[in-house]
Amino acid sequence: MTEPSAPTDLRAQLDQHLEEPARTWLDQALTEAAAHRESADTRPLPLWERRFAEAGRRCGAEHADSVRVLLLHTALADPETLNRMYAQGTGVERRAVLDALPELVADATALPLVEDALRTNDTRLVAAAVGPYAARHLDAHGWRHAVLKCLFTGVPVDAVAGLARRARGDAELARMLGDYGHERTAAGRPVPEDLSRVLALTAPTTDGPAGATGPHSPSGKES
Amino acid sequence: MRIFDPHIHMTSRTTDDYQAMYLSGVRAVVEPSFWLGQPRTSPESFYDYFDALLGWEPFRAAQYGIAHHCTLALNPKEANDPRCTPVLDALPRYLMKDNVVAVGEIGYDSMTPAEDTALAVQLQLAADHDLPAMVHTPHRDKLAGLRRTIDVVRESALAPDRVLLDHLNETTVKEAKDSGAWLGFSVYPDTKMDEDRMVTLLKEHGPEKVLVNSAADWGKSDPLKTRKVADALLKAGFDDDFVDLVLWRNPVAFYGLSGRLVLDVPEPAPEHEGNTILRGAPKSAPDGR
Repeated sequence: MTEPSAPTDLRAQLDQHLEEPARTWLDQALTEAAAHRESADTRPLPLWERRFAEAGRRCGAEHADSVRVLLLHTALADPETLNRMYAQGTGVERRAVLDALPELVADATALPLVEDALRTNDTRLVAAAVGPYAARHLDAHGWRHAVLKCLFTGVPVDAVAGLARRARGDAELARMLGDYGHERTAAGRPVPEDLSRVLALTAPTTDGPAGATGPHSPSGKES
Repeated sequence: MRIFDPHIHMTSRTTDDYQAMYLSGVRAVVEPSFWLGQPRTSPESFYDYFDALLGWEPFRAAQYGIAHHCTLALNPKEANDPRCTPVLDALPRYLMKDNVVAVGEIGYDSMTPAEDTALAVQLQLAADHDLPAMVHTPHRDKLAGLRRTIDVVRESALAPDRVLLDHLNETTVKEAKDSGAWLGFSVYPDTKMDEDRMVTLLKEHGPEKVLVNSAADWGKSDPLKTRKVADALLKAGFDDDFVDLVLWRNPVAFYGLSGRLVLDVPEPAPEHEGNTILRGAPKSAPDGR
């Protein structure tokens, strides 16, 4: 992920680019999100969630992602809230929830959201799904299919967090990439440039055993 | 030529249609939520549909360089089924979304008490959410339906100039215009309006507040009718500015009342292959992006 996602970075970036009345609107929205953290707003539509929905028309589509992620951080949205906001979200709102996961959810409870996004063919969601949260929690089988899906749908593999670390020594990923490349060649179609890049990353390190799947999937098994 | 189709059900159309529309000059569409041909039996079916209109469909449109917005509502036909009416309670959380530019399609189908209620409730929802309303006039008993629609609008909290009355024709245009509402005309292969009648009607009634749409859906319809009307207007001697007013500036002005229109969609992305909507690209197409 190249975009800054830490709350302070997002705030600094928005302060630099937003003009009035968007700036005042953001101050107010963040105050509401922080207040929500103190005393849970139990109405069906908490105020800050309305602000989350209207971020595009208040701050411009180009800043909406950052504003939404910042609101989620500021409200300290819990997994249950993130789950609901994803389920009830538009495409761009779902993307913001996925972007906020690494900061907000330490364990794997939000993994179903990543898996949902990876089932879509919306490349905005696929790209957001393969961020640092997926790198941390997706099992070996799911992660390999996520990489392959990026190649299939034209999502640049630069979007895949922890690519080099997780690909290193992954013989099964290497096999899948090889088969995909073969299928493309057999059909007379070009092989994506990203494929050979990832394939090169699957080479085992010189001091490690061949076929090892890296420290975060110690079993090396598909689930 | 830039064209805004203010009423088209893209969910029912293919990517070939998107491509043909782009090549014809279509750069923006509004997709009103409506009946799907097969009646729905639970509110959840509506929510999945609304989610698609707010997620997948704008994504699909953007691949072809077309800005996609939607209008959401419980349509008049299904407002008669008590299994579907809980949708009215869920609408507020959808109407706050950025891509929703009106409440619609609402209006009458068979002019029942249930339709009266749904229309009145949803006009109020439009007023509450600072949105305009897109009101379809019934296919059967149209003039009586129009009059009843105008009465309900007058009794509502929504000003007539924030209402678009759609599917109008020669028999309903005058009273619709007198009401102060915006005027929508759907151009179809066999029913509703056709290109030549549209030209005649515009000569007679002028272009003020007039929107022309294809209303293309899952039935016999044509997503390029907007362009065909533009060509017919030019052939009849109207100038480019007139065509631009009716087929771009008027729909932008009406749906712009929402404050939520975003029309700058990037040019279509280069084709990428694989299991996406752009699958089947020519062999020579560059891979990836």
